[in-house]
Amino acid sequence: MSDQEDDIILSELDDEELVQQMFDDLYDGLKEEIEEGVNILLERKWAPYDILTKALVGGMTIVGADFRDGILFVPEVLLAANAMKGGMFILKPLLAETGAPRVGKMVIGTVKGDIHDIGKNLVSMMMEGAGFEVVDLGINNAVDAYLEALEAEEPDILGMSALLTTTMPYMKVVIDTLVEQGKRDDYIVLVGGAPLNEEFGKAIGADAYCRDAAVAVETAKEWVGRKHNQLAS
Amino acid sequence: MSDALTKMLSSRDWILADGATGTNLFNMGLMSGDAPELWNEAHPDRIKALYKSAVDAGSDLFLTNSFGGNASRLKLHDAQSRAHELSRISAEIGRDVADAAGRPVIVAGSVGPTGDIMEPVGTLSHSNAVEIFHEQAEGLKAGGADVLWLETISAPEEYRAAAEAFALAQMPWVGTMSFDTAGRTMMGMTSAAMVQMVEGLDHPPLAFGANCGTGASDLLRTVLGFAAQGPSRPIIAKGNAGIPKYVDGHIHYDGTPELMGQYASLARDSGARIIGGCCGTMPEHLSAMRRALESGERSEAPTLERIVEALGPFTSAGDGTEDNAPTARQTKRARRRAV
Repeated sequence: MSDQEDDIILSELDDEELVQQMFDDLYDGLKEEIEEGVNILLERKWAPYDILTKALVGGMTIVGADFRDGILFVPEVLLAANAMKGGMFILKPLLAETGAPRVGKMVIGTVKGDIHDIGKNLVSMMMEGAGFEVVDLGINNAVDAYLEALEAEEPDILGMSALLTTTMPYMKVVIDTLVEQGKRDDYIVLVGGAPLNEEFGKAIGADAYCRDAAVAVETAKEWVGRKHNQLAS
Repeated sequence: MSDALTKMLSSRDWILADGATGTNLFNMGLMSGDAPELWNEAHPDRIKALYKSAVDAGSDLFLTNSFGGNASRLKLHDAQSRAHELSRISAEIGRDVADAAGRPVIVAGSVGPTGDIMEPVGTLSHSNAVEIFHEQAEGLKAGGADVLWLETISAPEEYRAAAEAFALAQMPWVGTMSFDTAGRTMMGMTSAAMVQMVEGLDHPPLAFGANCGTGASDLLRTVLGFAAQGPSRPIIAKGNAGIPKYVDGHIHYDGTPELMGQYASLARDSGARIIGGCCGTMPEHLSAMRRALESGERSEAPTLERIVEALGPFTSAGDGTEDNAPTARQTKRARRRAV
């Protein structure tokens, strides 16, 4: 098979074919191809928000579903998220300019004593992939780091991650502090990490435990939607 | 043939390894977020008590308190320069306990993951990973560990890097991975694929297997997956004592000693020769496991149904080794590449 036959020329595809191809390219984690696809759609006068939701979020939804179902694993998802990031890098300033609607905002970080950030990074990426604004505090966050960020960023959601049985109890320390300061109900608190489970999430006073990054996105959407409904009523 | 583990394997049918490190240290006052490895120096008496509790409960082998004792992990506690030293001390304390046991007890130098993702997906290079593992391996060797014990690994690249590092340290080793994501490791490796990898290494482990993960049932399904490949080396099973629950301010695992005894018997029936616990496995669990292995009759390998009946349900329908396992989408480019 010659190289020519091998090539898919993105610019020769019509809009619908191109979006389908971008779904594939996200799935395959092809960053340059995604960047090219985003630029082509911009040239075709697509609104940045439409490119985000129809091409990128649409593609990441497929990746997320296959991750949730145990078909794709961390390496594939990281590559897909990296490709998505390439597209987002182009879109971000344009989205701000055009005043596109926001899905929600999340502050996320791995708790004190824990350097594991693989799962947390996945959640960040998938949340961004779903259109959320994410402020990532990184690893090893003490209570104060969370509180400062919540104060400064005013997010809808606080996300905490822990991978070790030695660090997961620290989530309760953070939640207890929020309760003491009367701030607990200001945020949706989502927790996750390999050793956790739903019962643990409930026991420490989180709103929900998220088994993986795909579930985190679904849960975040659900809770943010509920919160908005409450405010409206 | 001269290392202690090979010797014990040649004379014994099964070996009882130890239980939890973190869960036990919590009960001794370790605070959430602190590095357990710093206790090797600050509280050697408690580490000694931890090791001794496993030996007294009947373990033939215990792991040193050095799981996070590599430079990458210790960096968080600003102790990245102390990987060799803290690992050495963990093994020295272990050596004393094992030598005083009055029977052969093996000191296994625990080596956990770096916590970083390796290239090309992540940032950790192969050579850096080898260097990190090598440094810790030399520390454990200097402290008198009989064998190095790689555990809770998710990425095949990291397993291979450790194998290379242990060859540099000229140490015998074993290595287990954690199968916690739909029956595979977080990075997607199946039990069958792990056997292929292990059998193909230049400096292969004396034994290999699974630890931690998502509960005893899933772990045994993984062991059955190993055995189905007909591996040439012994299989290790080190499962958690149930699942973690939050009770009165601390983590408690819900598996009873009786349940862990059943798990030990089933692990042996499934094909494991080195059997222990992981998170939540306390001395009383180890005693029950010892009793079960000593008194229990051997049976044929359990079916998946039998495992569920005895230990509870699996966390996922399959583990990626079944014929009808779901596969990734065939994208246009992937199809063309495959032609």
